[in-house]
Amino acid sequence: MTDETGRKRAARLFDIRRIIGGLFVLYGLILTVAGLLDGDAAIAKAEGVRINLWMGVAMIAVGGVFLLWERLRPLEVTPASPDEPGPDSPGDPS
Amino acid sequence: MPPLLTVAAPDLRLDVNLLDYAVLALYFVTVLGIGLAARRAVKTSLDFFLSGRSLPAWITGLAFLSANLGATEILGMAANGAQYGIATVHYYWIGAVPAMVFLGIVMMPFYYRSKVHSVPDFLRRRFNGQTQLLNAITFAMAQVLIAGINLYALSLVMGALLGWPLLLSIVVSAAIVLAYVVLGGLSSAIYNEVMQFFVILAGLIPVTVLGLMKVGGWSGLTERVKQSALGDPGLHTWANTGSADANPLGAHWIGIVLGLGFVLSFGYWTTNFAEVQRGLSARNTNAARLTPIVAAYPKLFIPVVTVIPGLVALVLFSDLGKPDGPQYNYAIPLLMGDLLPNGVLGIAVTGLLASFMAGMAANISGFNTVFTYDIWKSHVKKDRPDGYYLNLGRWATVGGVVLGIGTALIAAGFSNIMNYLQALFSFFNAPLFATFIVGLFWRRMTAWAGFWGLLSGTVVAFASYIGFKAGLIDFGTELNATFWGAGLAFGVDVVVSVVVTLFTTPKPESELRGLVYGLSDASLADDALSGDKAWYRSPVVLGIGALALAGLLYLPFL
Repeated sequence: MTDETGRKRAARLFDIRRIIGGLFVLYGLILTVAGLLDGDAAIAKAEGVRINLWMGVAMIAVGGVFLLWERLRPLEVTPASPDEPGPDSPGDPS
Repeated sequence: MPPLLTVAAPDLRLDVNLLDYAVLALYFVTVLGIGLAARRAVKTSLDFFLSGRSLPAWITGLAFLSANLGATEILGMAANGAQYGIATVHYYWIGAVPAMVFLGIVMMPFYYRSKVHSVPDFLRRRFNGQTQLLNAITFAMAQVLIAGINLYALSLVMGALLGWPLLLSIVVSAAIVLAYVVLGGLSSAIYNEVMQFFVILAGLIPVTVLGLMKVGGWSGLTERVKQSALGDPGLHTWANTGSADANPLGAHWIGIVLGLGFVLSFGYWTTNFAEVQRGLSARNTNAARLTPIVAAYPKLFIPVVTVIPGLVALVLFSDLGKPDGPQYNYAIPLLMGDLLPNGVLGIAVTGLLASFMAGMAANISGFNTVFTYDIWKSHVKKDRPDGYYLNLGRWATVGGVVLGIGTALIAAGFSNIMNYLQALFSFFNAPLFATFIVGLFWRRMTAWAGFWGLLSGTVVAFASYIGFKAGLIDFGTELNATFWGAGLAFGVDVVVSVVVTLFTTPKPESELRGLVYGLSDASLADDALSGDKAWYRSPVVLGIGALALAGLLYLPFL
């Protein structure tokens, strides 16, 4: 049973939606802060657009969608024997 | 298929600062974390090589796309955009999507339901062990060479953009790829491909948007392309292809349809194991069939972020592609340096480096599977316990990466030879595709016909290209040499297969069940999941949709 819960926890952590979502939210936060602090030179370089701010907000939104998706439809981990992998094999999001 | 990538290293130093390096570091920490997490999930050799056949279609589909969307592809297609104009979309809309749909609808059921581990393994079942070994060896060699070329191109870009020395960037990138593929096998390669896909988009979208703003939007771009060296033909796809001289691509429409659209692209997309492997890791037949079709939809729109930046670079940098200016391949890096401030710049650099590594990881994970299953397990040491092959797979990965470093160093010394090899591999799959298509639809085709057909087709592909390079045969341009070489190899393979079949005895029908068209294997259970019946999970509906969309997209650019 402990092995089973361990496997479940590993599988949830390993869910790619969490990884992409987490990375994008983190990147988004970094860019948003950078965008707010951007000087005139950085804005002039990007055709007058606060591109760091825009991309930051967009990446937070995209990352949020992935995290929300993972929350709303969490992974179902069902036990399966390793040598007979069927359609209900564990370990990955559906 | 990935275009040629030749890069010399002019001074393109990007103005990266600590912020950009932080973004880059964060990515690689995540990548290694995935490898470590995957290590805990990998228990058997099936987990390692085929992700335990457990992935849903959207993951395998994006991985299928990303295995091809390496940086050579991105930089190369932007370069083609600058050099040939809008006609570059042929590489996507006729040169990729139809073959991807064909793979999903027609061929994937044979691959997946026969439970083979690899493309050579399918050849063993359909033909014999010799055919398997022949294909396995050529494939393994090609993968190591291409991995080395990827590594070399990566180190050139890192050198040009970040100022890293060649050897340091080769070793550092090889070490990162090695670490995550050894730890997690195909799972971690696939997860990184999916992640890389989103990061590279996050880098390319701002380049495209800001680039378009700088040249005055789409109308400003077309106006300025007309006045450029490319001129009006650079804005059309099919117009002017009635003769090969009248369009920038230098190709006749028959060559585009048959050479690019049929022989080259079907060869590459339907038999290249580095691609097919992504489908084999899907959780059931339907997900496997959907894999290339799910990939086809984003593939249709990739030109927006490659061809448009190429055209923008053409009008912004007047010396691009000129003898003393930067090469076409630097179109995207030039725009990145010109338009992106620190922060987003870090994302774009990360996406570019990640896609180089994803390309190399795809080569390495294809190599270790074929080496372990199709060379070692099938022909050297059979019947060992599963753990033996899992270990061997990890060592094969180490071996593949070390050989790749070797190839990269050779490439650094003899870059021309590498360019030739790369061109050669671009039509290497044509004879393999011929063998497949005859073998699938003609059940009488014999085991030895498979072997001799493949061997003679491969030899012809080599011979025609070497003949062209040595000046013995004149095909005109490099592009035409590729079209003709592939066509010849395909034709010779078919003829030899038919002739040998007539003189040898066919395999009994019982051995061909599930491997040829019209002989299904009734003993296989239906593995459909609930919900697979829905129209939005139907490979045929979605496949036809992708084809129709490709046709519609051509309309504004005829």
